[in-house]
Amino acid sequence: MTNDRMSNYREKLSHIVAAGAIGLIFGVGLVISGMTQPGKVIGFLDLTGNWNPALAFVMGGALLISTFTYPLIRRLEHPLLDAHWHVPTSRRITPRLVLGSLMFGAGWGLAGYCPGPAITSLATFNTKPAVFVLAMLAGMAAYHAFEKFFGHRWPGPK
Amino acid sequence: MNIVWNVQEVLMAGLGGVIIGIAVSLMLLWNGRVTGISGIVGQSLKLVRGDWYWRMAFIVGLFLGGVLMLALSGPERFIDTTDVSMGTTIIAGLLVGFGTLMGSGCTSGHGVCGLSRFSPRSLVATLSFMASGFVLVAILRAAFGEA
Repeated sequence: MTNDRMSNYREKLSHIVAAGAIGLIFGVGLVISGMTQPGKVIGFLDLTGNWNPALAFVMGGALLISTFTYPLIRRLEHPLLDAHWHVPTSRRITPRLVLGSLMFGAGWGLAGYCPGPAITSLATFNTKPAVFVLAMLAGMAAYHAFEKFFGHRWPGPK
Repeated sequence: MNIVWNVQEVLMAGLGGVIIGIAVSLMLLWNGRVTGISGIVGQSLKLVRGDWYWRMAFIVGLFLGGVLMLALSGPERFIDTTDVSMGTTIIAGLLVGFGTLMGSGCTSGHGVCGLSRFSPRSLVATLSFMASGFVLVAILRAAFGEA
């Protein structure tokens, strides 16, 4: 193995270790925030009933940090462990974006789980988050199949 | 509308949010990526060579974060007080899986990372899923008296 290949390999391993550590921090944040309690999530969405605004402060707290750090970090020529940025560039508002988000919101309101908290809640080995995650994976697989067979025709670009 | 306030809950929500903000900042700083959980999970199903292990490591990390908090603070912060049936849970999971991939993101990718980048797409997506969640819970409450 040449030096060049070695450094390439190390770079990849560092991505993996970094992503694992970030996942752990994210998971801890989710549990502390209350997002792993579906009753609280539905309480946050329950505008016409007993509205519990607490979870608005999760997004608020996160944005307080990231709206400040994101522009600063993007001033760097490249990220610390990679030669390139991998940030989405599309700015088009499409039917797919809106329709998909509406579907997601409905599912979120139905069970009180979004993807991250559901995965973190698997730690409890309770049935409900496990069933939710399996159904979510099935929904994602269904979307990949949908995209493959019909995606170019309807409902337009990403 | 009846507002239920709890100062401790709000502080914990803010603290958790700050930790999430730090996590997404590190992902951008180190790996140069946004932290969109639905995208990470959805793309990992495609088994793309070269970008599979870091995605799996992130997902395992999310799970281990749960394990760590379970060990530190017990099952209290995972308690599910809803009486959502298994059938509804399955429908919800299917909608979340399909919808987040069609809409290119969820609460983390659009709601946190996208808004931090001032992405107009993420603003529209976040307003859409929030509105849809609010309307759905309002409909459930109108139909069944409870959500």
